[in-house]
Order: sequence, then C-alpha cells, then structure tokens
Amino acid sequence: MELTGAEITIRCLQEEGVEYVFGYPGGAVLFIYDELFKQEQVKHVLVRHEQAAVHAADGYARSTDKVGVALVTSGPGVTNAVTGIATAYLDSIPMVVISGQVPTSFIGEDAFQEVDAVGITRPCVKHNFLVKDAKDIASTLKKAFYLAKSGRPGPVLVDIPKDVSNQKTEYSYPATVSIRSYNPQVQGDVGQIKRAAQMLLEAKRPMVYAGGGVILSDASKQLTELVHLLGAPCTNTLMGLGGYPAGDKQFVGMLGMHGTYEANMGMQNCDVLLAVGARFDDRVIGNVAHFNSVPRKIIHIDIDPASISKRVKVDVSIVGDVAHVVSDLLAVLNSSKQKPEAAALKDWWKQIDEWRGANSLSYKNSTELIKPQYVIETLHKLTRGDAFVTSDVGQHQMWAAQYYKFNEPRRWINSGGLGTMGFGLPAAMGVQLAHPGATVACITGEGSIQMNIQELSTCKQYNLPIKIIALNNRYLGMVRQWQEFFHGNRYSHSYMDALPDFVKLAEAYGHVGILVEKPSDVEGALKEAFARKDDLVFLDFRTDSTENVYPMVPGGKGLSEVILAEDL
Amino acid sequence: MRHIISLLMENESGALSRVAGLFSARGYNIESLNVAPTEDPTMSRMTIVTSGSDDVIEQINKQLNKLVDVVTVMDLTDGDHIERELMLVKVRAVGDDREELKRMTDIFRGRVIDVTDKTYTIELTGTGHKLDRFLQAIEHSLILETVRTGASGIGRGDRILKL
Repeated sequence: MELTGAEITIRCLQEEGVEYVFGYPGGAVLFIYDELFKQEQVKHVLVRHEQAAVHAADGYARSTDKVGVALVTSGPGVTNAVTGIATAYLDSIPMVVISGQVPTSFIGEDAFQEVDAVGITRPCVKHNFLVKDAKDIASTLKKAFYLAKSGRPGPVLVDIPKDVSNQKTEYSYPATVSIRSYNPQVQGDVGQIKRAAQMLLEAKRPMVYAGGGVILSDASKQLTELVHLLGAPCTNTLMGLGGYPAGDKQFVGMLGMHGTYEANMGMQNCDVLLAVGARFDDRVIGNVAHFNSVPRKIIHIDIDPASISKRVKVDVSIVGDVAHVVSDLLAVLNSSKQKPEAAALKDWWKQIDEWRGANSLSYKNSTELIKPQYVIETLHKLTRGDAFVTSDVGQHQMWAAQYYKFNEPRRWINSGGLGTMGFGLPAAMGVQLAHPGATVACITGEGSIQMNIQELSTCKQYNLPIKIIALNNRYLGMVRQWQEFFHGNRYSHSYMDALPDFVKLAEAYGHVGILVEKPSDVEGALKEAFARKDDLVFLDFRTDSTENVYPMVPGGKGLSEVILAEDL
Repeated sequence: MRHIISLLMENESGALSRVAGLFSARGYNIESLNVAPTEDPTMSRMTIVTSGSDDVIEQINKQLNKLVDVVTVMDLTDGDHIERELMLVKVRAVGDDREELKRMTDIFRGRVIDVTDKTYTIELTGTGHKLDRFLQAIEHSLILETVRTGASGIGRGDRILKL
C-alpha cells in the first residue's frame, strides 16, 4: 500500500511504541501534524517553545528507559531545539528529534524558515539524517531509534523536507536494522575483566566511582552487589546519583567540585580506583595533573572507547555495556577463592570514617532566614526520598544533589554536562507524563525558572501537578558565589532585579502559588503543596541570599584542595 | 609527531563535514586531507595527515571510529606504508629556463603535461618531501602556481584497509 511520507513517519513512531511526542507545529511539518491528528496511539504534547519540547522528551527518556521523541518545524524550530539537543548529547540521553525542512527544491536558496539543520546540529548529535526521498523514511527512522538507544546513547536528528512528507511511496517497517559502520561493543573483554578482578582483590584501599553510565545501562543492582562484595566505598557523580543507594553505609556521597570531603579524599588516596560508566570530567576530578600526582591503579569500564584514556590514563580498560561488564566481573570475583583483604579494608574504612567526621555537608540552620539546604532536607523527609526530582542549573542544583538522598536510579533528572538553565520545568513535564501518579518536584532558582517559565501554560493544558520548589535568593547564586570567591565581591550582573511576583504569575497561568518567607513555614508549605495532588504548586521560597555551596574544589584545583564551610 | 590516518567511510553527503568538523571542534591539526570514492561506490577513502602527541593521536583514532559514517580507521604510520602526493606546478618557461626546467623535471622524474610559448605545467608525484625538494630546486621566481593533492597512503604488503 502506498502512504505519504507523513503517514509513514507516524506509522514508524507507532511501530517503535512511542507514547508521547513533544513538539510545536509549523509550516514544514504540517503534513506530519495532519497525520498525528488522524490517530490516537501516539499522543502529542504541545509545548510553548521548542527547547522545552526537547527537554521534556529528555526528562521522559531519563526517567524511563525509553527513547524520547520531539517534533519541531524547520528554521527557528530547529535552532530553538539545539540547546535541548546539546543537553541530551552531553548527558548521553537516547532521543529522536524529527525536524521539518523546506521542500527539497528550495534547499540552499535561503528559503523562508530554512536552516541547515543537519549542519547546525552535527556537533551535538550522535548522528543525523536528511531524508531526501519518502522511500527512505522508514529505514532512516528505524536506524535513528537504534542509534539513539544502543551503544553510548544520544540524540539523533531526522530532517524531513516538506515535499518528502507529502510524497507517496510503498511502506513497510524494517524488522531489523544493521549499520555496517556501527557495531558497539556490549560484552567486555574476558581477559581484561580477569585482570580487573585480580587488581581489585589485591587492593588495600579500593574505591568505586560510578557515573551516569550505570543508570543508562540499568546496572544499579549489579553495581550495588559488586560494591558490597568488594567492601569498598562508592561515590557517584552528579549524573550517577541514584545509581547506588544513597542510604547504603558504603556510599560516601557525590564527588567533584561540590562533592563530599570523604568522596574526594577517597578518590585522591585510594590505591585501586574502579570507574564505572563515568568519564573523569573536569567538574569531577578537578585539576588533572593534581589528580595524577598520586600513584593509584585505575580500572575503567565504559561503553565508549573514546571516553577511555581521554583525560586520565588508565591501567585496565574494559569497553562494554556497564551491566554486562559488571555482571561478568561479579561472576569472576564470586568464583575466585581469594577474597578482599579484610584487615586492609578495615584500616581504609577507619580513614574514610575520619574524613566523614569532617561532616562536610553540615550547615548552620537559622530561625530567621530560610536556608536552601533545609528546604531540600525537608523535601527529602516529606517525600521519603521517593520523588522524581528534576533541577535547573546553579546552586539549587548542587544543594539538591547533596541533600536529596537518592536511593533509586532515574529519580534524579538534571543537566549535568551542558549545565542548561531552563531544563528543570520542561524535563519535569516529561517525567510527570511518564509517571502520572508519581510525585515530581522541580527544584529551581528564580533565574533558571524564568528561562522556560512559559511552560507553566503547557502544565495547565495537560494537568501536570508538578511541585516547583524555587529557591529564590534574588541572585544568580552560583555566579554570585564565584564572584565572591574569585572576583573580589564584584557582583557583576548576578543580581536578579525586577523579579516577578511568582505567586501571581503561577495564578495567572491557572496554578497555585505559595510564598514562603520564614523557616518555620517551610515544612507546612511543602505539606500543603503535596496535599494538592492535582495542582501544580509554585513554592517561592525566599532563601538566604548569601548562602554558598560547600564543600567546594575551586576550578583548577585538586580534589584534596577543598574549601569547607568551616574554613571561612 | 606526524601521522597518516587512512579511513573508509560511507559515501554519503555530509560525511566529509563530519570528519572535518570533528577536527576543528576538538582542536586537532590537519596538515592535509584528501578523499575520493573507492572501487566500491558506496565507500570513500580518506587520507588525513595530522600531528600530535601519542595521546592526541589515540583520541583522533577513537573519535574518528566513533563517527557513525566511518567504517574503519587505520593509522598507516603504525607500520610499513607507502605515501604519495601529486603536484602540478605551472612555471614561467622562456629562453634558457625552458631547457633548465625540463632537465630538473627529468631529474625528479616528473613530466611536462602542458606547454605554451611562455609556460610549462609540470606533473610530479612522490612523497611530500620530494615535492618540497623540487620546489626548492627550481628558481623560485619562475613558479606561477602550484597545486598539491595532499598525501594519499596505503599499507605495504598484507596491510590492507578493507571492510
């Protein structure tokens, strides 16, 4: 049977089991929108800005193990989507973005709403396609979903010119897909896994450093078992939080620029470091030379060969899917007669407990000013650590990461790599749609929330009862903190003057707004918000405007060169 | 250190820009780059001459392999290989210079492929080093125009880059 390109596009989405498409219509995608209208299986969510469509698809993907899908028109539709695509790319999130393009005969003529979508997105996608003939749509979308989800996941853009979406052709969805130039390695090398096992068994001060790869690979159970078997401390990166249960006694918290003292000191002083689905990025290990200045053996498990020995030389590299490799590593360790060295581990834990004693996340609460840390701790207590938490970017993001103890993977949704302000609210929409009955909290600041505030309208249209926890300190807090530390207290343009009345703003969009100005009102306000199960509640917490995030490893410094709150 | 990286990639529009974009985005050097389809019209072969520390070269190889359109990558400098570059040089050839230029061309085993009453166009093949030496050997003021392909490379003997 002959179908149009637009019909084929929607059929392909149905074949892939796509539940939601986040998008915004426009001239070049009108045929595709027409086909969306004629069916019910694939539900479309109309956002208010294309960036939000991509973030929502991203939040949907992060909180499930599915591919997020966004649909945008040509020209500004695509350019608006770029920040969202780059956000997903930096965090390796599986996503397919379908963009309309001007008709093929217009391409290259600077036509209305024409932009070179493939060229403009090339550096921030895993791969992209321009479909020049309707007969290629089905095979291209099949490849796009396969590429997005397999290997190291990432966003894939498929650009479809308007005439191609209206062109009729024979349709059949390919049952299988194979790309001769693309064969990601899933199983790790057996010899390397054995070497790693031996190295871990002989370690006196082992340390496990686990990142977002654990979550993307759904390997939390295997990782937890491995850490328990090794008796080693385990730290998570910002992207890895929830990959190892925060309530476990072997968990030493997040590491990196705002990591705990014990996690960073453990990284610096261990003798064998097992890196699992993590990539030693600059916010995690600080100064590379300082990191490398101490002797330690490093084992690195990653699905992307290019992540290995990129910033830090490793001793044993294992390329493969984290879940597979960790399972194989567990099997080798379990079958070995040798056990981890109990006496050495005891000494190591004594040292770690000493570092823990620094209590690096302690803060001084106040009865006058709302401390942002206290808001997050209370949120954690009231939701019993069981909420989906999205965040924007800045101080509030770090406090959320530090004080909301994630015990489950896929609960912590934030832009780690690109650091995209404006991510939190649209991401929360995707999360809430994926988990209709679940508690979804968006921790944000008065700066970030205004970068996609228009999505309050989308939330109204689709009845998304997100709880927005705005830590409103009237500053671009992280910028202010760096200006205080490194720029002589010159607060250049970090003050958010002329802020809107967020309560009225929430009400204007048809939601509930609550202003909270006193520490004693924090718990009550949160309780009230969560009691309103069907409402989006915007909580405007007026927090201490001068609070800083501690601990802090300043940029360019080593992990042990940390500033603690008590140092000041 | 100088490396010659050879790769096979899908003969698709945009594939070249993915490679070129990778080098500029990650700040890698490109001394020369050439590309053309192979005997299999679905694939192109590219030769990239680059330089960098061992770590950088390792990353270049890995990042190239990571591109979905790239089928296979080989660092020719890892083993025995042959390297050739083609150069066309247009020179002013009048009076006594005509004889001298012809002689130099013969010494370098080049060929004069176009002749006018005032110019020769000389074709020369060899390593980049040989081509450099030829340009040094002839009188500089006589050179009107040069065009070089950049190096193409192939492994010696059993070193074969194939799908």
